[in-house]
Amino acid sequence: MKGEVLDGTALVMAPEDNVATALEDLDAGDRLADADPPVTVAEEVPFGHKVALVDIDAGDPVRKYGEVIGEATEPIAAGEWVHTHNCESRRGRGDRAAEAADGPGRGESA
Amino acid sequence: MDTFDGYRRPDGRVGVRNHVAVLPTSVAASPVADRVADDGGRWARATPHQMGTSQPDAGRERTREVLAGIGANPNVGAALVVELGTEDIEADDVADDIARSGKPVETLTIREAGGTAGALDAGAETLADLWAEVGSQTREEADASELVFAVECGGSDATSGIAANPALGDASDRLVDAGGAVCISETPEFIGAEHVAAERCADEETRERLLDRVDRRERLADLMGVDMRGAQPSPGNQEGGLTTIEEKSLGALAKCGTRPIRHVVDYGEAIPVGGGVSVMDSPGYDVESVVGKVAGGAQVVAFTTGRGSTTGNPIAPVIKVTGNPRTAERLAANVDVDASTVIDGEPLGEAGERIYRTLLAVAGGAETAAEARRLEEFAINERQPRELAAEGS
Repeated sequence: MKGEVLDGTALVMAPEDNVATALEDLDAGDRLADADPPVTVAEEVPFGHKVALVDIDAGDPVRKYGEVIGEATEPIAAGEWVHTHNCESRRGRGDRAAEAADGPGRGESA
Repeated sequence: MDTFDGYRRPDGRVGVRNHVAVLPTSVAASPVADRVADDGGRWARATPHQMGTSQPDAGRERTREVLAGIGANPNVGAALVVELGTEDIEADDVADDIARSGKPVETLTIREAGGTAGALDAGAETLADLWAEVGSQTREEADASELVFAVECGGSDATSGIAANPALGDASDRLVDAGGAVCISETPEFIGAEHVAAERCADEETRERLLDRVDRRERLADLMGVDMRGAQPSPGNQEGGLTTIEEKSLGALAKCGTRPIRHVVDYGEAIPVGGGVSVMDSPGYDVESVVGKVAGGAQVVAFTTGRGSTTGNPIAPVIKVTGNPRTAERLAANVDVDASTVIDGEPLGEAGERIYRTLLAVAGGAETAAEARRLEEFAINERQPRELAAEGS
């Protein structure tokens, strides 16, 4: 597999990634000792879902595959589950385009 | 040299199956086509669909082209085109297009055959005649470079991007290196990964065409005021751990390997043989996407799934690959290649080699799980009024 497996339970696809993908169901308290710095899982992270490896500020990019996959909508602490509740796409946002077209900021690109 | 045994057609292309296709020109003719094929034999294949009546010109043209492309696919030895007789798409027109590939083709008009009962009798007779013409054809050795391999993913989850798609990508590279062609589609799934795909384009023209198509799909979503997050990733993808379209796209792109992207073709358009990697501009709905590639000439499809998909195709064998160990277990009877072993440490190259060998075996006649279960979904993408309006603007 490409990337680096942490403690047999989480996969980091590229060195610049700030999230890892759970290769099994992770529980609060599980340790990713191989991570640098090591991370304690803060909550349940289901198989295939992502866990933050470092603190991520609101608005900061979330990186996987060495690429930006979206941005944090709120501060995410290392060890927390990263998913749709705290990370959103920067793309395909027709809702924003519609808001911009209807709202006072008409003419601005969304 | 990598070879397989296939059916050499009059136009020089090589089929991996010897089907007699029964193609209805409309939804109205679909039940008859279905029944005729059902009664025909295991070599008979119907392509029932919902299109073909009261479509705007551009939509109707697409339906006609897709049907003609399906009939011309080298997996089809002979074809029967069925119409009710009141459609805007005439069976004769579709048949003429198919006949250009040199294969036997007949038409059947339900109204002239005396309704459905008469059409079933006449259809059975015609089908038997067509089979008499092509049923005795035997396989002969062909080169892997004569294969067009369609890659698809559906029911994706995080394992698609980390195991199944990279493994399929390795198999794609092997086929391209052997001189064959690979085709990926589903343009919405390039959103957020287009810069990675653009870097792989063989020349500036291909690169611009690709970026333009991706941009057009995204603008379409914008135009409709759609928050793409609701549909991409789908709720099922999200349950499987995919958070954003960017994440899904980056994972999805891996399945067409790493070799240069040489062509961008339209939905259902002929895919260049021996041309390396092609991108087909299609919607993100897997059954329609597979049908577009088969209409473009793909003889074999590989379909990766994370959360599970059982879908097949009437004309092209569909090889199911999963990277999810739970899906490999739950859907064992629907999965052809288990690539979840990659997660446990199997090198990607070994999993890719297994998929490539499966591709050659299936091309040579080995039955896929979907074929064994006669899973043969078929749907033609409808050109939406908004899409047509956007193109005009």
